[in-house]
Amino acid sequence: MVLFTIAIIILAVILLAVAVYAVMQKDLLFATIATGIISLILSVMFFLLQAPDVALTEAAIGIALTTIIFVITIRNTSRREDEVRITEESQAAEIDKKIKAKI
Amino acid sequence: MKKVLVLLLLVVVGYSLYVPLSQIEFGADRMGSIENPTTVGAYYLSKTPSELSVANVITAIVVNYRGFDTLGEVSVLFLAATGIGSILYRRRKEGEHSETISKPSSQLLQAGAKLIYPAILVLGAYVFIHGHLTPGGGFQGGAIIATGFLLMMMSYKDFHMNHTVLTWVESLAGITFVGVGIGGLIVGTTFLENFMPVGTLNDLFSGGIIPIIYVAVGFKVAAELAGVLDTLLSIKEN
Amino acid sequence: MENIDINQLLSIAVFGAAVGLILIGLYAVLIKKHLIKIVIGLSIIDAGIHLLFIAIGYINGGTSPIFSEKGISLVNEGVKMVDPVPQALVLTAIVIGFGVTAVALSLVIRLYRHHQTARIDQIKTLKW
Repeated sequence: MVLFTIAIIILAVILLAVAVYAVMQKDLLFATIATGIISLILSVMFFLLQAPDVALTEAAIGIALTTIIFVITIRNTSRREDEVRITEESQAAEIDKKIKAKI
Repeated sequence: MKKVLVLLLLVVVGYSLYVPLSQIEFGADRMGSIENPTTVGAYYLSKTPSELSVANVITAIVVNYRGFDTLGEVSVLFLAATGIGSILYRRRKEGEHSETISKPSSQLLQAGAKLIYPAILVLGAYVFIHGHLTPGGGFQGGAIIATGFLLMMMSYKDFHMNHTVLTWVESLAGITFVGVGIGGLIVGTTFLENFMPVGTLNDLFSGGIIPIIYVAVGFKVAAELAGVLDTLLSIKEN
Repeated sequence: MENIDINQLLSIAVFGAAVGLILIGLYAVLIKKHLIKIVIGLSIIDAGIHLLFIAIGYINGGTSPIFSEKGISLVNEGVKMVDPVPQALVLTAIVIGFGVTAVALSLVIRLYRHHQTARIDQIKTLKW
C-alpha cells in the first residue's frame, strides 16, 4: 500500500510537470513528444489503478497513433509555434529596413 | 488582461471541480456487495460469469450490455475516416504518384521493419481473438495492427494500403456486426441479444456472440485506422 | 508524521493530477495562438477526464474485473473488484478521442494550405 502510494504520487508529479512542459514548449515537435509521454505515464497509472484494458488502449492509441498524426501534421505545417507568415508586405518592409540601414 | 481573465476562469473551474471531488472518498467501496447488487457495476459483475461465461467483464459490458453504444462508436470512427479523406482530398495531376515518404529510410530500419511486421500483426490478432479472456479486445488489437501497417508505410516508399481491400474488409466487418445483432432480433427478442450457446468460462469458444463481434470490430478498427494513416501520410509536402 | 492518512495522500495525488491536467489543457486551449497547440490542449483535457473516471471507479484492495476459475470462488469469499462501468466508458472515450484529434488535425492541415499559417492571430480573412 505504501509502495503503491509512493508510485502514484511520483507518477502524478511527473505527469503534471510533463503537461506543463508540453504546453509551454515553443518547438511543437518537442511538445508532441511530451504529449506522448503523458499518454505513457497515464497508461502506467491506469495499470496501477487496476484497469488493464484501458491501459492497453491508451498504450496502443495514445502513444503510437496520436503521436504519429501530430508528427505528420507538423511535417505538413510549421514546426515553431512563434513562426511569422512571410507575406509580400512583410518582405517589402524587410527590404525597406535593410536599404535604410545601408544608407 | 486576457491572461488574468483566463486564470480567473481556471480558478473558478478548479474550485467547482474541487468541491464535488472532495466529497468523494478515494478507494471507498461504493459498489455494494456482488451477491445482492444495488449498483449497475455490481450487477454486471454478478451476472457476467454465470449468464455469459465471459471472463473479462469489460468486454461483456462493451460488446453485450452496451453493444448498441459500440455500434455507434465504430460508426463514428468510420465517419472520422471518411471526413479526413474528404477534407484532405486534392485532385491528382496526370501521372502524379503520391509518395508516403520523400526519402527512402535506412537499410537497418527496412530490415528491422520487415522482421517485426508479421510479429506485430500476430500480436494484434491475438489481442482481439482473446478479448473475452484477457485484457484487450477489438479496439486495442485493431490499433496494434494499424501500428504494424504504419511501420511498413514509414520504412518502405512504395508500401501502400489497397483502399479497395480496406473498404471491403471494413464493410464486411460492419455487416457482420449488424447481422449478428439482427440475428438476436430474429432468434430472441432484442437487437444484439446473445442467442448462441455460451459454453464454459475461460474457453476460447465461450461467450456466444461476443468473440464474433469483437473479431469483427478488430478488423473494422484496423482497416479504418490504417486508412486514416495512409490518407494522412500520402499528403504531398509543401 | 506517523498519523498521515495514506488514503488522503492518494486521493490528493490522483484527483489532483486529473484536475491539474484538465486545467492545464484548458489554459492551452484559451491562451495559445497556434492551432496545433490548441489541439494538444484538447488531448490533454481528454487525458485528465479519463484519469478522473478511472480514479472514481477504483476500490481499495480491489482486483481488475477479470474472472478466472479461482477468481469466482475468491469473489464468493468476499474479495472486491473495481467498478467495471467507468473502465468500459473510458475505453470508448479514448477511441473517439483519437477520431476527434485526427479530424481536427486534418482541418489544421487544410487551413495551413490555404493561409500558409497555422496561427489564429495571423489569419485575417474570415472566409476560405
